[in-house]
Amino acid sequence: MVEVEADLIWEYLKMVEDPEIPILNVIEMGIVRDLKWDEGNKKWHVVITPTYSGCPAMKAIEEDIIEVLAELQVKNVVVDTVLSPPWTTDWMTDEAREKLRSTGIAPPEKGSADKGLLMGKVKDIACPRCSSTNTIMVSQFGTTACKALYKCGDCLEPFDYFKCI
Amino acid sequence: MLMEHKEYYLTIADTLLVLGQRLSEWCGHGPAIEEDIALSNVALDYIGQATSLYKEIALKENLGKSEDDYAFLRDAWEYRNALIVEITNGDYAKTIARQFVFSTWYYHFLEALEKSNDTFLQGFAQKSIKEVRYHFQHSRDWILRMGGGTEESHRRLQNALNEMWEFTGELMTNSAHEMEAIAKGIGVDNVALKETFDRIVTAVFQEANVSAPADVWMQKGGKEGKHSEHLGFILAEMQFLQRAYPNSKW
Repeated sequence: MVEVEADLIWEYLKMVEDPEIPILNVIEMGIVRDLKWDEGNKKWHVVITPTYSGCPAMKAIEEDIIEVLAELQVKNVVVDTVLSPPWTTDWMTDEAREKLRSTGIAPPEKGSADKGLLMGKVKDIACPRCSSTNTIMVSQFGTTACKALYKCGDCLEPFDYFKCI
Repeated sequence: MLMEHKEYYLTIADTLLVLGQRLSEWCGHGPAIEEDIALSNVALDYIGQATSLYKEIALKENLGKSEDDYAFLRDAWEYRNALIVEITNGDYAKTIARQFVFSTWYYHFLEALEKSNDTFLQGFAQKSIKEVRYHFQHSRDWILRMGGGTEESHRRLQNALNEMWEFTGELMTNSAHEMEAIAKGIGVDNVALKETFDRIVTAVFQEANVSAPADVWMQKGGKEGKHSEHLGFILAEMQFLQRAYPNSKW
């Protein structure tokens, strides 16, 4: 019975949006790492991992998970945060990447950040609006911890790039 | 419960918290909006990293404390941060110079910490290094831009290096509690990082046409709790609310 319920809870968790990128849910983001039933204490443990250490959305995500599950009659939920293995943009599904692009956010390149970055090697990022790779990085740090600010040299639009981590 | 290597955890956590707090002072005062956002993001990363360490200390000590107790209810002499993070921000050149030096050390520190025998610190290092890579790149870009920019930006950067260089040495030293952690295979030997540190900063400074002052007497003591007057002022601002209204919650 617990197993059936687990499948259901995984489905329910898809209803929890990422507060900063509401087009994606916490499953698509790869934030939820595990779901465990603690028989001794009769509690569900939802294991999450932060995208960035200082991501201010983590507290909100934790509260949203408990709230959404409670509304669906899943009580006794505990949210645990783990750092290892560290979150990577490689965990984002292709579907999630396409959703990002359709809202004007350039999705992260596959193959998480490499050492070339240390010495200032910058990858070609395609503009999410016109697909041109004639883009320049305006700032490594953008509207949220996980994004950088770019500008397209062809359509001239500024855009967010979900940077690799 | 007595926690083993608590002082070692505190050295890392306090260094990150104090630098995060310092950088936060630029919020709303950055020279350009992108820089305002950049430094606030970097500050958030440090504060987040410090928080996870304090939480782990709270868990291991098991005294019913939370991460906030360590941040808000300890006085300056109990802080174990390196001196370089408590010195004042100065102009943007000085802030960036510190960011560059700090990120260069911190990146390689984390690279070594990934091999720690302590599984929590291992995970902490694997997580944090991804963020610090971006901090390093950001500060390196600015060193090159200011060094090769106008006469004024070049002068300010060189002045900044002259002014703060005496605080760089402490990062590449080992305090007594760091030595203990190194002996157990938990801590990182900071002295061994010096060679890599020197090689990277020298190469970047050369490209930026600036130089680190030679033969500087290096300050130390922060990691043993001997701080400059500046730390007291940061703590006074950061801790005011908890001291004036104990146990108040956000």
